[in-house]
Amino acid sequence: MPDLVIRNLHANIADSDTEILKGIDLELSKGEIHAIMGPNGSGKSTLSHVLMGHPGYDVTAGEVLFEGQNLLDLGADERSRAGLFLSFQYPFAVPGVTVANFIRMAVNAHRKGGPDGTDDPIRIPAYRKQLMEAMELLEIDKSMASRSLNDGFSGGEKKRFEILQMAMLKPKIAILDETDSGLDIDALRIVSEGINRLIGPDMGALIITHYQRILDYVTPDHVHILMDGRIVRSGGAELAHELEASGYANISQGVSSDGV
Amino acid sequence: MASETAAVDLGEYKWGFHDEENPVIKIERGLNEDVIRQISAHKGEPQWMLDFRLDAYEVFLSKPMPNWGADLSGIDFDNIFYYLKPTEHNSRSWDDVPETIKNTFERLGIPEAERKFLAGVGAQYESEVIYHSLKKELEDLGILFLDTGQALLEHEDLFREHFASIIPSADNKFSALNSAVWSGGSFIYVPPGVRVEQPLQAYFRINAENMGQFERTLIIVDEGAYVHYVEGCTAPTYSSDSLHSAVVEILVKKGGRCRYTTIQNWSNNVYNLVTKRAVAEEDATMEWVDGNLGSKVTMKYPAVILKGERAHGEILSIAFAGEGQHQDAGGKVTHVAPNTTSVITSKSISKDGGRSSYRGLLRVNKTAEGSKSKVVCDALIIDPQSRTDTYPYINIMADQVDIGHEATVSKLGAEHIYYLMSRGLSEAEASALIVAGFVEPITKELPLEYAVELNRLIQLQMEGSVG
Ligand SMILES: Nc1ncnc2c1ncn2[C@@H]1O[C@H](COP(=O)(O)OP(=O)(O)O)[C@@H](O)[C@H]1O
Ligand SMILES: [Mg+2]
Repeated sequence: MPDLVIRNLHANIADSDTEILKGIDLELSKGEIHAIMGPNGSGKSTLSHVLMGHPGYDVTAGEVLFEGQNLLDLGADERSRAGLFLSFQYPFAVPGVTVANFIRMAVNAHRKGGPDGTDDPIRIPAYRKQLMEAMELLEIDKSMASRSLNDGFSGGEKKRFEILQMAMLKPKIAILDETDSGLDIDALRIVSEGINRLIGPDMGALIITHYQRILDYVTPDHVHILMDGRIVRSGGAELAHELEASGYANISQGVSSDGV
Repeated sequence: MASETAAVDLGEYKWGFHDEENPVIKIERGLNEDVIRQISAHKGEPQWMLDFRLDAYEVFLSKPMPNWGADLSGIDFDNIFYYLKPTEHNSRSWDDVPETIKNTFERLGIPEAERKFLAGVGAQYESEVIYHSLKKELEDLGILFLDTGQALLEHEDLFREHFASIIPSADNKFSALNSAVWSGGSFIYVPPGVRVEQPLQAYFRINAENMGQFERTLIIVDEGAYVHYVEGCTAPTYSSDSLHSAVVEILVKKGGRCRYTTIQNWSNNVYNLVTKRAVAEEDATMEWVDGNLGSKVTMKYPAVILKGERAHGEILSIAFAGEGQHQDAGGKVTHVAPNTTSVITSKSISKDGGRSSYRGLLRVNKTAEGSKSKVVCDALIIDPQSRTDTYPYINIMADQVDIGHEATVSKLGAEHIYYLMSRGLSEAEASALIVAGFVEPITKELPLEYAVELNRLIQLQMEGSVG
């Protein structure tokens, strides 16, 4: 079975009748790169948050299996510790908590309750070494480690620090929600190269974007077009190019019947 | 004598246990002139102190209860024990402290902290200081650190010169009460130019039910000297109330510096009504770091009077109001001399229906030209049941001053917690971390040991009832 299986997923805004996801089916395994493209407001971020466990949405139908386990039964923290990661489109600031301390707490949370049931906090020197290596990979200035996470960071800096956290937490499946937006062309290249280095046989990725740009660096195995809460077309990397050339309106024309 | 009331289990509070009482003296409940005479007689005080106490008692009776701030209608002055002497002596060695009491202070971690990083320790249990120490080399420098009652007997001239000179008994109803029945507290004198590099710490423990603790602290930092004094406190959890009402007076002479740190962690049945005021002379610095986590009701506004030119005052205040708690805290600064500066930073957290109020007074007298002040108060509300209020009184009479004031109120959002949880932190860890980050501008000012302690207390307050 694929590592992540999404079947007929429907979701509303919590405590409302507003349906945003209208039946999503998707399968993804470690080692694969999938891209989801779609216009603004089509439900891309909603999908990523529903997968991660955002409290603001209700799943009304369907199921999600992560390594065979029912993901929707788990809290966001448990999903993270199970190996799911979301790079937020709009990351939150955590004033007064340094990048280094925050990521160390996250790393330690992932090391808790190992097979022997005990906590196994990472030793500080080992942690510092890993953090410095990851910062180097993403060309982040070392002094940034002692700044408060995302507090006063530019949009591009926030995205880099999302990927830094991904690098440190080593997820099995990572969802990258518009990681490319806010990055200038150099930053996009650096971050994309970092992502390429991290994705491998032990990690799969769902890259959400509405531009082709990032896909020039990170080549997807599959591309899905999301419109109005449904995947209306799926294909290979060439679909992204086709989309770039013809736009969403044409892609969707005449596809509503073969969509879901 | 076994205590009659079982401790109420309030869950997270770890210091709610109590010892069996074995007092040397316990004066009957309630307050009258005779009780005051008994206290004074037990202490073998000079006549002037008894007269001072009796005068203060008259003032206490004549003043109405404050009709602002927190609700104090639950205080029953007749139900309080005003004096309880737990041991025969104030010991200089923990080995001479009775076993039960010593064990309690062991549980509170005092002897260990003393060994690790303190220059001296005073431990008060009920009405009296039962243990006191000061490193020999500091004693040799002429530093005095002893219990206030003892200071009255041994250094009467120095004592009398300063006692009640900064906070007269008539300052407010509770300073009058303290003046009438005061017992224990710390007396510190640091000679000119002497810097005490490690903190001096006092720990205040209430044990008996319905106890009243009224310590009195007097600190004199002579010219160019420095001291950091830290106080901590806890009490057992009982179903009926106790009262803690202290008076703290500080004089920082020319070029001196005093830092006074409080980590107030009373159980949720203690009314905590404290008057604290410092005078800073020319080029002197006074810093209050005031952490209020415990108690049922706290009313406390540490004050600095900037009396000498270029004096600097700083107040860092953290209040955490949980279920059933009202923290009415803040600070007061009066700029008297020209070119004086002050900063008030207040951070409050309200949770589980708790209420925290920032109440501050900034006054710049006509004589204080060229003064600067900055007031920042930030409130964080954890859930919709909780409440925060800000009462910033600002009174500027001088020209050419630079005054800044900022206030923010934020709510701990579910999305914010979700962001942290998406990195693997539990809900409790996530909210505790956001709160720790919120108070970080203050904890970063503390010595590591106290910063860790404060964060741990905040974490305990955050645990259990999130969501
Ligand atoms: N919490 C919410 N409250 C109200 N509307 C929402 C909420 N979340 C998403 N939506 C709406 O759902 C639609 C999809 O949003 P989103 O998933 O953010 O789109 P995308 O990421 O594809 O741009 C939009 O119309 C958006 O306004
Ligand atoms: Mg989006």
